[in-house]
Amino acid sequence: MSTTIVLKGGTVIDQNGSRHADVVVNSGGLIVDVGPDLTADEALDASGCVVSPGLVDLHVHLREPGREEAETVESGARGAALGGFTAILAMPNTTPVIDTAAMVNEVIALGRSTACDVRTAGAITVGRKGNALAPMAEMVKAGVRIFTDDGTGVQNVSLMRTALEYASSLSHLSGGRPIVLAQHCEVSALSDGGHMNEGRWSSSLGIPGQPAEAEELMVMRDIALSRLTSARIHFQHLSTAGSVAMVRAAKQAGLAVTAEATTHHFTLTEESCASFDPVFKVHPPLRTDEDIAAIKAGLADGTIDAIATDHAPHTAEDKDRTFADAPPGMLGLETAFALANTELDLPIEEVLALMSWNPAAIAGLDPAHGGPIVAGGSANIAVIDPDFAWTVSASEMASRSANTPYEGRRVRGKVRHTLLRGLPVVVDGEPRR
Amino acid sequence: MTDPVRNLLSIADLDRTAIEHILDLTALFAEVGERTIPKVPALRGKTIAWLFYEDSTRTRLSFETAAKRLSADTMNFSVSTSSVKKGESLRDTVNTIEAMGIDGVVVRHSDAGAPNRIARWVDAAVINAGDGWNQHPTQALLDLYTARTHLGDLDGRHVVIVGDIKHSRVARSNVLGFTEMGANVTLVSPRTLLPPDLDGWPVEVTHDLDSVIESADICYLLRMQLERQGQTYVPTLREFHTEWGLDVNRARRLPEHALIMHPGPMNRGVEIDGAVADWPNALMVEQVANGVAVRMAVLYVLLGSGLDLVDERLAVA
Repeated sequence: MSTTIVLKGGTVIDQNGSRHADVVVNSGGLIVDVGPDLTADEALDASGCVVSPGLVDLHVHLREPGREEAETVESGARGAALGGFTAILAMPNTTPVIDTAAMVNEVIALGRSTACDVRTAGAITVGRKGNALAPMAEMVKAGVRIFTDDGTGVQNVSLMRTALEYASSLSHLSGGRPIVLAQHCEVSALSDGGHMNEGRWSSSLGIPGQPAEAEELMVMRDIALSRLTSARIHFQHLSTAGSVAMVRAAKQAGLAVTAEATTHHFTLTEESCASFDPVFKVHPPLRTDEDIAAIKAGLADGTIDAIATDHAPHTAEDKDRTFADAPPGMLGLETAFALANTELDLPIEEVLALMSWNPAAIAGLDPAHGGPIVAGGSANIAVIDPDFAWTVSASEMASRSANTPYEGRRVRGKVRHTLLRGLPVVVDGEPRR
Repeated sequence: MTDPVRNLLSIADLDRTAIEHILDLTALFAEVGERTIPKVPALRGKTIAWLFYEDSTRTRLSFETAAKRLSADTMNFSVSTSSVKKGESLRDTVNTIEAMGIDGVVVRHSDAGAPNRIARWVDAAVINAGDGWNQHPTQALLDLYTARTHLGDLDGRHVVIVGDIKHSRVARSNVLGFTEMGANVTLVSPRTLLPPDLDGWPVEVTHDLDSVIESADICYLLRMQLERQGQTYVPTLREFHTEWGLDVNRARRLPEHALIMHPGPMNRGVEIDGAVADWPNALMVEQVANGVAVRMAVLYVLLGSGLDLVDERLAVA
């Protein structure tokens, strides 16, 4: 027998706008009713909260298989639910790499009963080595909609062209949904050996740098390839003002490109690296105030479609190293909404667009995720108190790792409840799975 | 020194007053080195560990000599034969050494900021003996001491630093050290050997050594890293020597009183003509000698029990 839950007293915000309404969902995973003064078997208090389609993260590293000490699909999904996400896209740079249907199926199986809907991207090239195309068709049939060699860009321009043309031939296997190639833009010949943004801080600290141009050259190249092939390209974690400007121009020219930016690339600068603490080491690296301003402008004007976390857990042992020796990456799932809500000068409707329905559309997850809050819609919902002020503390996170660069930071906005397929997975900020 | 420093990670940890204090102490310790028995009990009972993750002969011997002259106990952590080879992390290694009861650890590492990391993990005083391209503060102190011995006050003096600035921790420390002492610094190098962004550096930059040679009070040459294979910064060492080396003709154009300095080890025929390296105003040997006294002063300041006892402690030797 299906039970029902009413989210009482909140403000519903979705792509159709904002209105005060209660929302009733059932355990069959559907929204039953939206309107004033509704009742149900159970009630969850949503007063003072925004009731939104669940957040969607296009970019997480769940570390399973291979580095379960840092994170598992289960722990990552729990952190995601606590952050208001109902769907996350796992990157394929696990050990082994997710470059076959068998590996895709393994990750999807691991995520089947977790607190968040776990999807995975597939690798563009075998082993992410950049030499030969991975079997994309079989991965599409296993459910993959986005391919990426994330962690590195596809350096070989000819191979990238082939990948784009091949991927754009597979939508008959995906129910007509477009297959997207997502690129980690970095020309490694220009960035190899670099550990932070190249500039005045790297120069004074004596840390080898990666110039902004290492990213921008590949953004430029892939925009050209988009023009050449008409295939869909998604730019991952844009970090420089130059990249934002080029993507803006590409969109104005009508090319089929989309882009994401991470929370850390609009909230932290290269100056953090002066502590030599590898918690601030990330690829692409933290940049400058000017880059932050450009990313914020890109988020505001639609150049950048989505906010992603690039959630990248690392164990304490891996981060208790020198800056050069430590691996890049930082946690993001449990702080992303609060940081966007606190740091972006945008109305909450736009923040939610960047974190829910825009990324859901890019990943082909709509309307199950990011769909409007209407009767008959999917009950993947985040209930968020946008005014709740709190202090970031790694010790209170669900992640198996603690490498948040925001320890001690005051932020505003906290997830009160998260519903996955009509079932509460977070209630009053506490995980239920 | 009003506010004693606990660690010496960067020359930037020291303001002019603190630097002058250490240089004054250095003069006292230099005198100790000239005694028949060059040893004082200043650090008796203190234990200092050497943690050298990068090859070093002169710096390690210099620190070792300094510590012994202060009667400290020392222990060497040999990276090449140790648990590090077995995969032990830097943090575990440091914690293990500290558990043996040490008062100070002298660190050299190929990664910038390694001493800063270690300083967060241990209570012992951490002294940076060179970290990557970042800092080499005791080298800067010994260079300042050497320069001051010959030129007196460094205010307004012109220091020309030539060569591979980009990969040089000596350059980063000396730029800060000499400018803190009031000198004007000019960097001379092709752009391939300069840090990519010098915004905020208190220096002048030129690519033309000949344009500044006649106004130099100090011509400070940096080692060209011959072992830096795989990436080309200059077409040939011969071309580097022709354009940026201190050859006899350039050296003759230096002012009479000018000093020629080099942190060693020198590449004769690359940064400097072999003949020039042996001129009386080329102070490389003196720099090495002063290194011991400077490091005695640094160890004493960081590990000693009280600054006001300096003269008395030296006397009871």
